[in-house]
Amino acid sequence: MSKQKLVIIGNGMVGHRFIEDFVEKADLEKFSITAFCEEPRVAYDRVHLSSYFSHHTAEELSLVKEGFYEKHNIEVLIGERALTIDRQKKIVLSQTGREVAYDKLVMATGSYPWVPTIKGNESQDCFVYRTIEDLNAIEATAKRSKSGVVVGGGLLGLEAAGALKALGVETHVIEFAPVLMAEQLDQQGGQMLRQKIESIGVNVHTGKNTQEIIASGETARNTLKFADGTSLEVDFIVFSTGIRPQDRLSRQCGFEIGPRGGIAINNQCMTSDPDVYAIGECASWNDKFFGLVAPGYNMAKVAVDNILGRENEFEGADMSAKLKLLGVDVGSIGDANGRTPNCKSYVYVDENASVYKRIIVSEDGKSLLGAVLVGDTESYSDLLQYKLNGIELPKHPDTLILPAHAGGEKVSLGVDSLPDTAQICSCFDVKKSDIADAVAAGHHTLDAIKMETSAGTGCGGCIPLVTQLLNSELSKLGVEVNDYICEHFAYSRQELFHLIRVEGIKTFSELLAKYGSGYGCEVCKPTVGSILASCWSEYILSSDNNGLHDTHDIFLGNMQKDGTYSVIPRMPGGEVTPKALSALASVADQYELYTKVTGAQRIALFGAHKGDLPDIWSQLIAAGFETGQAYAKALRMVKSCVGNTWCRFGVQDSIGLGVELENRYKGLRTPHKMKFGVSGCTRECSEAQGKDVGFIATDSGWNMYVCGNGGMKPRHGDLFATDLDKETMLKYLDRFVMFYVRTADKATRTSVWLENLDGGIDYLKKVIIDNKLGINDQLEMDMAAAIGRYKCEWTETLSDDNQLKRFAHFINSDLHDENVVFTPIRDQKRPAFIEEKAPTYKINLEEV
Amino acid sequence: MSKWIPVCAFNNIYIGTGVCALIEGKQIAIFRPSEKEQVFAIDNMDPFSRSNVLSRGIICEHKEQLWVASPLKKQRFNLIDGSCLESDQVSVATYKTRVKEGNIEVQL
Repeated sequence: MSKQKLVIIGNGMVGHRFIEDFVEKADLEKFSITAFCEEPRVAYDRVHLSSYFSHHTAEELSLVKEGFYEKHNIEVLIGERALTIDRQKKIVLSQTGREVAYDKLVMATGSYPWVPTIKGNESQDCFVYRTIEDLNAIEATAKRSKSGVVVGGGLLGLEAAGALKALGVETHVIEFAPVLMAEQLDQQGGQMLRQKIESIGVNVHTGKNTQEIIASGETARNTLKFADGTSLEVDFIVFSTGIRPQDRLSRQCGFEIGPRGGIAINNQCMTSDPDVYAIGECASWNDKFFGLVAPGYNMAKVAVDNILGRENEFEGADMSAKLKLLGVDVGSIGDANGRTPNCKSYVYVDENASVYKRIIVSEDGKSLLGAVLVGDTESYSDLLQYKLNGIELPKHPDTLILPAHAGGEKVSLGVDSLPDTAQICSCFDVKKSDIADAVAAGHHTLDAIKMETSAGTGCGGCIPLVTQLLNSELSKLGVEVNDYICEHFAYSRQELFHLIRVEGIKTFSELLAKYGSGYGCEVCKPTVGSILASCWSEYILSSDNNGLHDTHDIFLGNMQKDGTYSVIPRMPGGEVTPKALSALASVADQYELYTKVTGAQRIALFGAHKGDLPDIWSQLIAAGFETGQAYAKALRMVKSCVGNTWCRFGVQDSIGLGVELENRYKGLRTPHKMKFGVSGCTRECSEAQGKDVGFIATDSGWNMYVCGNGGMKPRHGDLFATDLDKETMLKYLDRFVMFYVRTADKATRTSVWLENLDGGIDYLKKVIIDNKLGINDQLEMDMAAAIGRYKCEWTETLSDDNQLKRFAHFINSDLHDENVVFTPIRDQKRPAFIEEKAPTYKINLEEV
Repeated sequence: MSKWIPVCAFNNIYIGTGVCALIEGKQIAIFRPSEKEQVFAIDNMDPFSRSNVLSRGIICEHKEQLWVASPLKKQRFNLIDGSCLESDQVSVATYKTRVKEGNIEVQL
């Protein structure tokens, strides 16, 4: 039997999603699949397009896993446009002359930006905002421009304005309506959004009808003339005045078209031709078309099911949205403008914090009709569940939007009250029951749930809800959910940290007596040892605390597999003088240490006997080195490039900053090791985005990234703040590091810490930048104290005869451990394998 | 009956830590868990890595017994019977100890 031929026209987000879903559900042996992709690259994430300017690679936006199409034998015709469809012969003809036959055809042609007919809009300084190519063109123009304007103050227009801001040009937004985001927000909400956006330096002009663009100006290349007689001079213009379904090909091939455009489809997503489906922004369902990705994903699913002969119907879509525009949280649910007859509203306004919240409820006050949230979207997911599932509102609905301090007790929508069919993740249409099933099947962590169900892997807005649900399902299963550090302390690391700090506890035994039980173990002892060191910065080896630490902290070096130690002196920012280098070389030579440059821009000496460590270190310290804390859960190093000191591309002094940061935070004990990176320009040679904290130079300061990670589970850091000056940067950094030290669980890297932090990066910004918890002064004070108490642990150890005694391998002999044996390798040495040792065997063999 | 061999002063071992002693050519790890005059002696060689490191592990309590966690890969060895919490295939030898007039003595 020959294979059924499936052809998809369009490889945008929805077109690709269709293929993914098809691959998952269909027996691929029975199909041959071909996709037309007009753009020069396969599907990418258009929703997060503006992040292209901050992260800057098309690969990162790509939605297609490497090798996905090849693996499933799917032919993707990149850069090839479908020119016409012969519906009689069932053939698609492309612009290269290729003919592709189909049995079933799926139109996923998306939409195109609509640009109003304004005189002068064909100028080369005019752009639209839709594809990576558009972005490249905008970026190139921005480089030779001082100012830009986005025409259109809707959702996408504000995204575009964010992109202009990130490109460092003076940014304007023009809106025809009297308010921003008129589709999603009411007037007061739009006003609050405007205030917030203006406060970060974007110029907003509402009620402006652009009539003409003149290619001249006194201060800029172009002048926009408005209907009210006013004008605005800017260098370039980006149009974001709405989208229209891309239905040209379908019109030309005689498909039925919706009255407002778009390919008309029925509930099965089928067009007027039963062998042709249409999904996403190009489709018109009940005379409506949907400009959001979630309904498109839903249509993709419906089309797949129907092609495979399963029942599934598209039932319309909820157009609620939660997003972040220019750093402002915005949420809109249902009837945001209160157009339902006899509806009633509750409004909360905090002009001080620029927060506006409004809920619109039914006449009887029992059901939620809509909501507008600006500046604080914490209650979004709860409100959305009320709306989508028709859950009865509490007696006083205003408690849903009042802040906790306003008297009203926080009424949180318990996940238990949601029906099994409640949609938890709208990006991937994951229902409550899907998550419950996954938990029951043994997926007991947030990461596992994400992997299994995809929930929370789209926009991430549902993660708090997924977490609640996970915990609730776990407790239903009788799995105890606790974050106790071990059997000896019924507290989390964070709780122990607070107890130690607040009560001024200085020793493990004191803490154990007050808050623990038993003797302690290899988990709680080093954790508490680290907290004591973070809190009081006292010499880590005071005799009281000696037994708490892992051997690398006790002997101030990392133990290697044969029981020897590594020696890694600090080289801040990777700088080392030739003289210091020769001192290091002579020590390495004297003790025959294996020598290697590490991944942390410094030099490590391996194979040192414990008993030789004090001698080795006293020579290094005499040569001006100090300990590199390579053995500790602490700031290891700050990787830097040479920046504008040497590099012809550098725009800031990255090496100077690297050295300064490393010296500022060295020695501070943290829940896990930390690494920083500083790059002197956008080329990012220091890989700062792969570090716990990274700085990338801009023309006017530094962009700060946090919670990146290399290692086992690489993660790019999140952009935390832009164009920082030195003073602000150090403030943020002090607070960030101290907040992490205070709140992270044991042995948790910043990346995992952030992923488990309720509210994620936005919450972190609120704490660090907006002082949401009111603890920033304290964090800065704690950090200042810790910095002030820094001492080189090796210098201290060498001055204490009692401590030095511990370094001998034997308590009762000066001998070395004779089991430590080396074998030559590449002009150096390595630990001998067990079969290479065994000296007694050797003798016997020689005798035989 | 084998003799008691003197090793070192009891106070030479910090509370909550271990040391390694060379006794008749053997490397023996000696632990002092608390202030009490009580020490434990086991072989210093970690049977997993075949390196002499156990004296440098953290003393810990599990199942109401004392163990030492290897500093290399954290397998735990019982201070009294030498058994391993992670595997019943391996164990380490243990030795009798006593504290006499402020000095630690071990019986091989």
